[in-house]
Amino acid sequence: MSAVPREQGARDADAATAASAGGFWPRLVALLRKELRQMVRDRSNLAVGLLLPAVLILLFGYGLSFDVTDAPVAVVLEDSSPTARDVIAGLQGSRYVAPVWTTNVHEAEDLMRRGAVVAVLRVPIDFSRQLAAGQGRLELWLNGIDSTTATSVEGYVGAAIASWGARQADRAGGTATAGTGPGSVTIEQRMWFNEANTSTWYLVPGLLALVMTLIGAFLTSLLIAREWERGTLEALFVTPVRPLELVLSKLFPYLVVGAIDLVLCLLAARFLFEVPMRGSLLAIVVASLLYLLVSLLLGLWISGVTRNQFQASQMALLVSFMPAMMLSGFVFDTRNMPVVVQVISQILPATHFMALIKTLFLAGDDWRVFARDCSILCLYALVLTFLTTRTLRKRLH
Amino acid sequence: MQELISSLRRIAFLCRKELLAILKEPATRAILIAPALVQSLLFGYAASYDLTHVPYAVLDQSRGAASTELLARLDGTGVFDRAATLQSPQQIPDAVDRQGVLLVLSIPADFESRLAGGQAAPLQVILDGRNSSTAGAAAGYVSNIVAAYNQSRGAAAPVALERRALYNPNLESRWNIMPGLIAGLSMLQTLLLAALSVAREREQGTFDQLLVTPLTPMQILVGKALPAMLIGIIQSTIILLVIRFWFQIPMSGSPWLLYLGLLTFTGAAVGIGLSVSALSLNMQQAMLYTFLLIMPLMLLSGLLTPVRNMPWVLQMATYANPLRFGMDLVRRVYLEGATLHEVGFDFLPMLVIGGVTLPLAAWLFRHRLS
Repeated sequence: MSAVPREQGARDADAATAASAGGFWPRLVALLRKELRQMVRDRSNLAVGLLLPAVLILLFGYGLSFDVTDAPVAVVLEDSSPTARDVIAGLQGSRYVAPVWTTNVHEAEDLMRRGAVVAVLRVPIDFSRQLAAGQGRLELWLNGIDSTTATSVEGYVGAAIASWGARQADRAGGTATAGTGPGSVTIEQRMWFNEANTSTWYLVPGLLALVMTLIGAFLTSLLIAREWERGTLEALFVTPVRPLELVLSKLFPYLVVGAIDLVLCLLAARFLFEVPMRGSLLAIVVASLLYLLVSLLLGLWISGVTRNQFQASQMALLVSFMPAMMLSGFVFDTRNMPVVVQVISQILPATHFMALIKTLFLAGDDWRVFARDCSILCLYALVLTFLTTRTLRKRLH
Repeated sequence: MQELISSLRRIAFLCRKELLAILKEPATRAILIAPALVQSLLFGYAASYDLTHVPYAVLDQSRGAASTELLARLDGTGVFDRAATLQSPQQIPDAVDRQGVLLVLSIPADFESRLAGGQAAPLQVILDGRNSSTAGAAAGYVSNIVAAYNQSRGAAAPVALERRALYNPNLESRWNIMPGLIAGLSMLQTLLLAALSVAREREQGTFDQLLVTPLTPMQILVGKALPAMLIGIIQSTIILLVIRFWFQIPMSGSPWLLYLGLLTFTGAAVGIGLSVSALSLNMQQAMLYTFLLIMPLMLLSGLLTPVRNMPWVLQMATYANPLRFGMDLVRRVYLEGATLHEVGFDFLPMLVIGGVTLPLAAWLFRHRLS
């Protein structure tokens, strides 16, 4: 491992100077060669750049899920009559909740406090008598700290009990539902685009966006700042190299790395997590590459503005990763945010890509949405290129 | 005694130097303090699974009194917001794709007559599954409204389920996420700060100078760790204040226990950061390793999705993640009012991680010379 020595920087600068006389293309090629060499030389950088997305998508594809399975629920059977057992029998076969039987409320409360169960279902002692009299009453206590799990558990317990009602109705005779009593509204639910109703299907395309954001920011955010700190950028200023050429030469090698990452992520999404790809592969690839370009440019711009590696890395973390995770609609629906936060989320390029990639994966090619979001991303790319070149204008401080 | 005092003096000097190095630039000061404030406000509003605004479309082919009343109940909640009234089933795909509705209610033509005849009248709910959690929550709201409607018609279910949610009476997801951020948000920057601290000196060559001073590696370690921990605790405090006084989430536990937990947690996070830093030769590498760690640490901590839902292998892996336990501790102390006895176990993994990584970093100071 070498701490990039000064002579090398100087040699690279010399190479750039030598080729610089011949106009845009020779200069760009010379700079590209220098950036490529620098990228390949630091092998740990390259290895992480290539491995990171594969590791991340594997970890999160398996690790992130909103689908509750086998949530422990304490069931307090104060009334242990056959009727009471029958009413809650639906819990036993459920793959969502795992009942923990007790007869003592205090024991159940204790389990809840220790975090051993997420909910307590209490069957009061007079349950079957009340049921015979018209309506039985069950108590469900939920641990509200994990509110998502609590809401799901409430739904599953409710469904298990409702299934008892349906079985009763069946037993009373198939025709009993018709003709007697007041009719009731039933719900037929259909989940479009996500027939399996699994959170993996919408989380994995979102992860693709998150990984592209992180890769972009981390690969490029130190590039310009490092050269400012080392003074090599000032050395380049005495050559005929133009800012745009610098930006392009720094962008291209990492675009290649990012594109390899993209392929890995897409393969994992398709074959490992079996997320349907209903849109065309071409549309998905074009949109992702465009977003990759935007996030690389965002990193470069941060690098150019801060001119300081410490600040650049902190900013990259703050501007790219956290907002992409919290504000882009990855898990929190943007429609649900206050207007001010919605406006801020619309400013983020990640939000536009997030919506587009989910649509392309799950809903299919929608060319109107594709054209709109891609042109927004193009606009970002242009603006960021312009802003980054401005930070590289030949001026000394 | 003399020895101890001079040792403490040296550490104090180093701490002062480190703090100066971190805080001397106004831009860096701003970067370390402002984001905690801005992010906790922004994410506090954004980070919620609770629906406040559900745009929906309706296709009412029955146009009777029953469907009108049901829709009136839906609109009356304030949560459901009718974005479109459709005329034919062919318009449904367009409403979902283009107009961004989360669900479409389709009421069949015989809805009214079936209800009047005492039969079950199906109501079709079509959900946009591109975010299945939100869609599922919206479906839950619809079914509650329908259940209330059935009840009002005298068709109550034979068994009633009475719900009581402890520690979070309205099951607001903000209450779950925000206390998690006290630990989560501050870890991000603290980890990076610690990771860059030694790497920056290595890159600038001043670390070798530090090594030839009378300071022992342990003293250097303490001098590097304390300022980073201080900044982490300050960030946590800012977030805590925003949560308590801006979002007004009631705090039930003891602040002392909370801070004891935060201190242990920050120590473990800084330990990881300093180990990364001692391993890296330059800032680029330090940043790279940090980024490599941060996403798993954040996403596999239970911040967004519960640890319980993970496969067994990954659940085991989270024992190496201080954020999982720091977050659990902060949440339970803040919301449940848990006592030291109840959250005692959370300290264990954090102490182990800190106890391994901090000495490791000190050892690496001397043994990682290029």
